[in-house]
Amino acid sequence: MALLLALAITGITLVSTYFFAAKTWWLPPYISEYGDAYDKQFMLTLTICGVIFVAAQLALAYTVFRYRRHSGQSEYSHGNNKLEALWTSAAAVLFLGIVIAGTHIWTQAHLEAAPVGALQIEMWGQQFTWYVRYPGADRQFGRTKPELMKESTGQPLGIDPDDPSGKDDLVMPIMAIPVNRPVEVILRSKDVIHNFYVRELRLKQDAVPGLENRLHFTASQIGRYEIPCAELCGLGHYQMRTFLQVMSEPDYEKWLVDSAVQ
Amino acid sequence: MSHAAGQAGQEAVHHQAPTGFIRKYIFSMDHKVIGIQYWFLALVAVFVGMALSLYMRLRLAWPNAHFPLMAGEGPMTPETYLSLLTMHGTIMVFFVLTTAPQGGFGNSFLPIQIGAADMAFPFLNMMSFWVTLVAFAVMIAAFFVTGGAPLGGWTAYPPLSALGEIGGPGQGMGMNLWITSIAIFCIGALLGALNFIATTIDLRTKGMTFMRMPLTCWTWFITAILGLLAFGVLLAGGVLLLMDRVAGTSFFIPGGLVVSEQLISHKGGSPLLWQHLFWFFGHPEVYIAILPGMGVTSQILSTFARKPIFGYKAMVYAISGIGVLGFLVWGHHMFISGMSPYSAIAFSVLTLSIGVPSAIKTFNWIGTMWKGNIRFDSPMLYAIGFVSLFVSGGLSGIFLGQPALDLYLHDTYFVVAHFHLVMGVAAIFGMFAGTVYWFPKMFGRMMSEGWSKLHFWITFLGVYAIFMPMHYIGIAGHPRRYADTTGVDFLQAMQPVHVFMSIAAMIVIGAQIIFVLNVFWCMFRGKKASVNPWECTTLEWTVPSPPPHDNFGGKFPVVYHGPYEYSVPGAAKDYIMQDSTEKGAHA
Repeated sequence: MALLLALAITGITLVSTYFFAAKTWWLPPYISEYGDAYDKQFMLTLTICGVIFVAAQLALAYTVFRYRRHSGQSEYSHGNNKLEALWTSAAAVLFLGIVIAGTHIWTQAHLEAAPVGALQIEMWGQQFTWYVRYPGADRQFGRTKPELMKESTGQPLGIDPDDPSGKDDLVMPIMAIPVNRPVEVILRSKDVIHNFYVRELRLKQDAVPGLENRLHFTASQIGRYEIPCAELCGLGHYQMRTFLQVMSEPDYEKWLVDSAVQ
Repeated sequence: MSHAAGQAGQEAVHHQAPTGFIRKYIFSMDHKVIGIQYWFLALVAVFVGMALSLYMRLRLAWPNAHFPLMAGEGPMTPETYLSLLTMHGTIMVFFVLTTAPQGGFGNSFLPIQIGAADMAFPFLNMMSFWVTLVAFAVMIAAFFVTGGAPLGGWTAYPPLSALGEIGGPGQGMGMNLWITSIAIFCIGALLGALNFIATTIDLRTKGMTFMRMPLTCWTWFITAILGLLAFGVLLAGGVLLLMDRVAGTSFFIPGGLVVSEQLISHKGGSPLLWQHLFWFFGHPEVYIAILPGMGVTSQILSTFARKPIFGYKAMVYAISGIGVLGFLVWGHHMFISGMSPYSAIAFSVLTLSIGVPSAIKTFNWIGTMWKGNIRFDSPMLYAIGFVSLFVSGGLSGIFLGQPALDLYLHDTYFVVAHFHLVMGVAAIFGMFAGTVYWFPKMFGRMMSEGWSKLHFWITFLGVYAIFMPMHYIGIAGHPRRYADTTGVDFLQAMQPVHVFMSIAAMIVIGAQIIFVLNVFWCMFRGKKASVNPWECTTLEWTVPSPPPHDNFGGKFPVVYHGPYEYSVPGAAKDYIMQDSTEKGAHA
């Protein structure tokens, strides 16, 4: 039984570790300025936790096997204060070190303001679709009124027709942005909590009704990236998906013009 | 101190043994009966919860299939999936993890392990069970009302949970019943917590100092303190949510909402307020779920390795540390919510700090077995399984406790993997271990070793097969609470993993029948148990199996030793009972 248990624990450990090491299912390549630091911190955490995982499970397996029932007596010991102090301090230093090491990523994402001149885009969530609003040439978002929000008449965001700054606002079902330009996304919701998540940006943030949560980033790769809703919002949650389309600057300008015409 | 208070306490609860079936087995005030009642409630609840998860896994693997016993003609709808998910989480967290370890084993054995005749307040004890049972009935009722069970997850975030039917199916009467059930549960939990704390402080017998209590008693004690401080907040939050729904208040609902083109008239509330209230309860709750299992593991590892627990004092500090820190970390559930990013930094430092007492406990469990003489009876297998599963589940917490990494991992299957391994498996293994270990004392008979071992192996290997892959798809960005993978392109590649996990789940859930059959068969036909079949040192093993109504037959034990005096050099046997007058090395 001891051998079986030791082998089982060892086997589970090796198989589990293999799939982490082989990156069989993994983060997609990153396209934002957070990606390099994020992936390094992820790998640091994975490596440290991986070493602890393997060491602890193998120690368990070894102990269980080595000290299986024998004819002698157990050691009569209540512990070892020195060892206790040693591994407690080691754990403390390690865990606190990890969290401190990664804090700069968090501060960069949330304690630094978006760069001046960043392209501002509103991302509105509702059950069960996304609406992306561009402020237009005046760089101002028009006032919205809940009582004017009627999807059925093409006014999902209820932009107030009496507000001149809303005249050039553009509302689209996908988010297109120019490559290599700083973007600030302002997250809003019409009804319940939704969540904006782009794996390749290494970013995620709740869109909370009543709040304007913000994210800023610069996309460095042209391409199409999925934006799945990542906060349970009702029965259509699993189908609430749109796209982040990163385009060249000229393509983006053309897209804006073409979309406004429609 | 404990001498005088203990004796006085015993007289206060002295009452005649009950007669008649109703007084003995139904409306009983005997902590042993109540413990078994809680345990049976958890057993029913866990099978309901598992059935729900079985259907969930079936849908995830085969979204277009139609399953037996499912309503309607077509495949399972996404709203049905979400209501299964919501009820699965709720029933498992409340009616299994917060019921069996504390209300079940704690009730059955805290008084005996500290040398008392019963809990401090036997009537209150009976009330807390029946209140909990009523809460369960109300919860189950939610399945059967118009609209069915709610679909907002066990976390019930508003505005989705506050809006009523307009939010989705099940969000009407079903959600009202859900909130009511939880509120009733809170009351039962608070009553129970009071009882556990008073009992531990006041009813310890002579010689049973705090530092001679078995670690099971420490975990029940600290868990009760957590419960006393946390459940009140959940009750308050639940009342506020119910008021938003039926009394026109707006605690959690901001102004200007438009749901399905309908204007909502509430205004002024904050969805984040609910999250703070819920998680202020919710985080201590997960420690309420795991601490008793840790206590049982310590008890069993020591007993079956024939060796004192490694670092008893450190274990007590670790349990207390986990309890205190558990109240200071709730914000780590809200890193991505729009909460202040400065507070996120504070919460993350505190969260990673909880890793320290958890590490201490893990080292000490291995240290307990080191240079031991291990017997591999089934309680020991489950306890060793607990250690392995707790290591696996705890380590993913190191990722999630960092807000920087949470930017990607929040609300993915990585989180689902984490909490299932710690709560949905490690804690459950604590319950398996406790059941098979204490079964002889509870029912006077042994469970079948062969069947227990078979159950252990299938379950241990099986749960790793179900939950380890969830880390991988989480790393690949798979969001949680999705009814299937059809809506998102990058999820298609992960569908085979879903099929694998679902097949593993079917096998593991099927294997639980072995456990149930073992329990019920052996309850009536098992080998008769002796007083101390495991040769364990703690006080419950000094009384008959099962014990008489007043536990010690009127003669309260006097304690001379710590709880885990195994293999004491020079002793007559390889264990010294706590109430033995034999001189040990450590008095």
